[in-house]
Amino acid sequence: MTYGLMTAAAIVLGYIEAQIPYFFTVPGVKLGLANSVAVFALYRLSAAGAAAVSAVRVLAAGLLFTSPFTMLFSAAGAAVSLCVMILLKKSGRFSPVGVSAAGGAAHNLGQIAVAALVMESGGVYWFFPVLCLSGVAAGVIIGIIAGMLVKRIKIAQI
Amino acid sequence: MKKRRNDVILILCILAAAALLWCAFALFSGDGAYVQVTVNGEEYGQYSLYEDRTVQIAAGTGENTLRIEDGRAYMETADCPDLLCVRQGGIEKSGESIVCLPHRVVVTVYGGEESSGDAVSR
Repeated sequence: MTYGLMTAAAIVLGYIEAQIPYFFTVPGVKLGLANSVAVFALYRLSAAGAAAVSAVRVLAAGLLFTSPFTMLFSAAGAAVSLCVMILLKKSGRFSPVGVSAAGGAAHNLGQIAVAALVMESGGVYWFFPVLCLSGVAAGVIIGIIAGMLVKRIKIAQI
Repeated sequence: MKKRRNDVILILCILAAAALLWCAFALFSGDGAYVQVTVNGEEYGQYSLYEDRTVQIAAGTGENTLRIEDGRAYMETADCPDLLCVRQGGIEKSGESIVCLPHRVVVTVYGGEESSGDAVSR
């Protein structure tokens, strides 16, 4: 039940995010609200739990709100981001803020890599430093939110 | 507290890496060969960077004047309210772009080996 609830929350957050207009000229600069659930799941469930919630979220949100093409981008981003976050969390040296910040940058790195492959152009790498910056910024915000959630919400054993 | 310090170090490292990459790109990325102009996501035209010219871009909501000179492209004038595109200055490296949001005009430099041959001007 916990998994379903968290996945649902992530999908709704993804939907809310899709309603926010962004005026940045670089594609891919966004907050990534749904990732707060991934970070939360990582701390409150397990690495596998976070991966499962993210996978279902990407699939469902992709089918519901965006195109398969966009889904490919978010899947790559989520996968790379999760790997990095799992490793950093395991190291035990960082708080959710640091983990999430690195995850945000990794998310954008994954997306850029897919974009470069799809468009067969190295030109998109120009976006990477900018996306790295925005990924870290968004990751810090998301990490703070997730940190608060982790502190306040305990998962009851069912 | 120790974790917070580690967080800061981690974030600074990522930012430093991004800054380094940016410098590397700026140093090594190739000069552009042509610019592509799109209005509202649709292609408006392609213009070689090798010949100087002035391009009037008639977007539905206004007009921009693009000037190409000495391998650089810049927005000379525009009748949009913010004039961000004019203030942005010139672009010349492949991948760089000028965006005029009010008119939905995007000018992107393309370059490099594979596409320089078929840069079309019209």
